[in-house]
Amino acid sequence: MTPSDQHWFDEEAGPLVRPYALTRGRTTSKQRDLAMITLVVALQRVTPQLADNLEPEGLQIVTMCQHPKSIAEVSADLGLPLSVVKILIGDLIDRQLLMFRSAVTPDINVLQAVINGIRRL
Amino acid sequence: MAYADSDPNQRPGVRATAVKLLIAGGFGVGKTTMVGTISEIPPLRTEELITELSRGVDDLSGVEQKKTTTVALDFGRITISPELVLYLFGTPGQDRFWFMWDELAEGAIGAVVLADTRRLESCFPAVDFFERRGIPFVVGVNCFDGDEQYQPDEVRVALDLDDRVPIVLADVRQRASCKELLVTLAEHAISMATAAPA
Ligand SMILES: Nc1nc2c(ncn2[C@@H]2O[C@H](COP(=O)(O)OP(=O)(O)OP(=O)(O)O)[C@@H](O)[C@H]2O)c(=O)[nH]1
Ligand SMILES: [Mg+2]
Repeated sequence: MTPSDQHWFDEEAGPLVRPYALTRGRTTSKQRDLAMITLVVALQRVTPQLADNLEPEGLQIVTMCQHPKSIAEVSADLGLPLSVVKILIGDLIDRQLLMFRSAVTPDINVLQAVINGIRRL
Repeated sequence: MAYADSDPNQRPGVRATAVKLLIAGGFGVGKTTMVGTISEIPPLRTEELITELSRGVDDLSGVEQKKTTTVALDFGRITISPELVLYLFGTPGQDRFWFMWDELAEGAIGAVVLADTRRLESCFPAVDFFERRGIPFVVGVNCFDGDEQYQPDEVRVALDLDDRVPIVLADVRQRASCKELLVTLAEHAISMATAAPA
């Protein structure tokens, strides 16, 4: 964030201006397969150089995604709406800082694994 | 199984598959309680922005205005194995957030619909939603204290449920009860997937 961006984060601007400012006004992400339970993981470690080149939210996402996380978890941890997080994550995927794995519709093998797993809890 | 990975070769990073199921039902029926009882992490909260048409209070012209509000979802996680993670989402109780249910239901194993026998009708919209879309669901009859006990058959008649829909008496504050609901749902999903189309 440069100092000139600062005015976007003015308290008076209200809580909703900020998410849109974060995504530079975009309200829809590129057509990509990002769902609430799409898992994302960082492709890079957090280095001082990376920190210099990323906006704070991007850096937070790369930091928290050193281990795979769902988009819903990223949204919950950042306290930002899902649609905003999808846009931020889409940018990080474009920059090859994150990769994602789409959710699949569960087949019978998955369902059976779920049953066995729950019984073991 | 086929996966759409952004780049599967770069790093063996995402080994796991994520699946989800929904916990639905009317206001105050125990959705968040169930997520909290069975999740391995304290329930998390995510939110989505929605744009609604609303009529400004001061606006005598009656012109509709766009207003952005948020709808919150509670969710939890169960790591079944290093390869499989299950997410449980509590659906928003309010009717005006129905449009979110489509995204929620997309690719879901199915739903646990919690019913409160003191006001069974509050789960009608959820039952209707999953029935219409052919999404597997089970009904969990939450037994609140001091309640007149209902038998599953009475609930089936009251909700006009298909014979195949499992009905389970539940207390979602108990882990064993939540496990039973989830296992029943997954078994029902298997039987729906393997049954010949009606
Ligand atoms: N006796 C009994 N009480 C329950 C049960 N499940 C939940 N409760 C209680 O019911 C109240 C409401 O539960 P919540 O889990 O907040 O319900 P909810 O469906 O998430 O409510 P909303 O999100 O407001 O729609 C809490 O005080 C719970 O302790 C149950 O199985 N039996
Ligand atoms: Mg709740």
